[in-house]
Amino acid sequence: MNLIELLAEPLSYTFMIRALSVTIIASVLCALLSCWLVLIGWSLMGDAVSHAVLPGVVLAYIVGAPFALGALIFGFLAVALIGGVRDTTKLKEDAAIGIVFTTLFSFGLVLISVTPSHIDLNHIIFGNLLGVSSADLWQVLILGAVTFAILILKRKDFTLYAFDQTHAHALGMSPRLIGAILLGLLAMTSVVALQAVGVILVVAMLIIPGATAFLLTDKFSKMLVIAPALAACAGILGVYASYFLDASTGGMVVLAQALIFAAVYLFSPRQGLIATKLAAKERRKSLAAVR
Amino acid sequence: MNTQCNADLAINVTDATVHYGQVQALDHASLQLAQGTVCGLVGMNGSGKSTLFKTIMGQIKPDTGSVKISGTDPQQARKSGKLAYVPQSEAVDWNFPISVRDVVMTGRYGQMGWTRRAKKKDHAAVNEALERVELTDFANRQIGQLSGGQKKRAFVARCIAQGASIMLLDEPFAGVDKRSEATITKLLREVADEGGSVLISTHDLHALPDLADEAVLLMRKVLMHGRPEIVLRAENLALAFGLDPMKRDAS
Repeated sequence: MNLIELLAEPLSYTFMIRALSVTIIASVLCALLSCWLVLIGWSLMGDAVSHAVLPGVVLAYIVGAPFALGALIFGFLAVALIGGVRDTTKLKEDAAIGIVFTTLFSFGLVLISVTPSHIDLNHIIFGNLLGVSSADLWQVLILGAVTFAILILKRKDFTLYAFDQTHAHALGMSPRLIGAILLGLLAMTSVVALQAVGVILVVAMLIIPGATAFLLTDKFSKMLVIAPALAACAGILGVYASYFLDASTGGMVVLAQALIFAAVYLFSPRQGLIATKLAAKERRKSLAAVR
Repeated sequence: MNTQCNADLAINVTDATVHYGQVQALDHASLQLAQGTVCGLVGMNGSGKSTLFKTIMGQIKPDTGSVKISGTDPQQARKSGKLAYVPQSEAVDWNFPISVRDVVMTGRYGQMGWTRRAKKKDHAAVNEALERVELTDFANRQIGQLSGGQKKRAFVARCIAQGASIMLLDEPFAGVDKRSEATITKLLREVADEGGSVLISTHDLHALPDLADEAVLLMRKVLMHGRPEIVLRAENLALAFGLDPMKRDAS
């Protein structure tokens, strides 16, 4: 069997095509969003919102509403509660985040356990890429397209929000509104990515690609290309690896992203660990030669 | 002061009081700044300089009093692009992946459509602003790769590209070399000569007489507002900085 046949083999299964589609859409979306999250310093917020949407998704399932709606409501609820606990106590934000998202997540777990249904807890926690139905795929496609469009069309406002909120305010914009839109998109993206890698690993997809791209460039417009491209590669790599090694798909996708991050961290031409160590050595040598 | 005069004022803060929880940051502070003037805001840390800036910017609603910008409501003034702000160095993320040109371009956002796509006139305004602050050769550098003075000039260029008639600068001379300080001083004088108004909070008292037409002493309220040579006299500074040698001698 040659390489092409080997690579084409998984694609002969519909479930594999769906798995790949969902992975790529989720990866690209999360990667785009991660560029802003990493720069604003919202990595923990990404963690919190992606976990906090769980009860929303379960409740939406129970009442038969779209998952995205439940996720949005609980995403905002989480952010409001975090802000509330932070502003009305002497606790720091990380403590507030820790309290709120674990509470909501546990509430979600309890809801799942008492809901008579065929929802498999494991599928929500760890993702269920290989069991994506065509209805799931449609939902991912629609949510993904809407989120993608808003992110791209309003990217300059989001970047200004990340860089200088006071200036945005001075221009008569509402930084609060921009932040709220970004959080809403975070909640929607969490729903998409939940299908792919599960609640626990969503946060990886929301941080690693942006962080990787940030190490590679100091142009934000390039980050917006590099991060999704790397994430899509990692997604494909992960799905294939899980097929051939018969291993957890979500786990493989995130591991692939982490591998790319590690490679960039070590070998990036300008900011990589090895390049900076070598440059420092060169500098010492040339200084010694002068002396 | 009559009403006709009030309409000409660039900044008109009357009787503003601001609290943070139990702490009073501004105590019935009033500040009037005419068009075409440069005004230095002097006071020790915690005297309410930043709070006064935030009040003028409309980021804080005062408990008492009101703020008018060019005779109009601050929100309206912001929407029309009249107000510009140069942040303190500590408030900026210098690792942010943005070029000098892109920073200056954000000054134009208020005049662009909702996707903020730059048109010819926006590029022209940015180029002209970069030229005026002598940063044309550095336009494509990442913002953190400038010297302290160049960084400040980049943000001043953003105000110029915006076409703002009122500029607020928070500690623009901290960590700035003499040459950049001179360039910025010259620029701000030009802005004022063209009818713009500039409010600067600063610790650099020596630079004030060359730069500013007026100085304001702040200690939660405006203690004094007048020509810099007068406001900066030792006995007056003592009022704002809490050192009162006369009083100490007496006790």
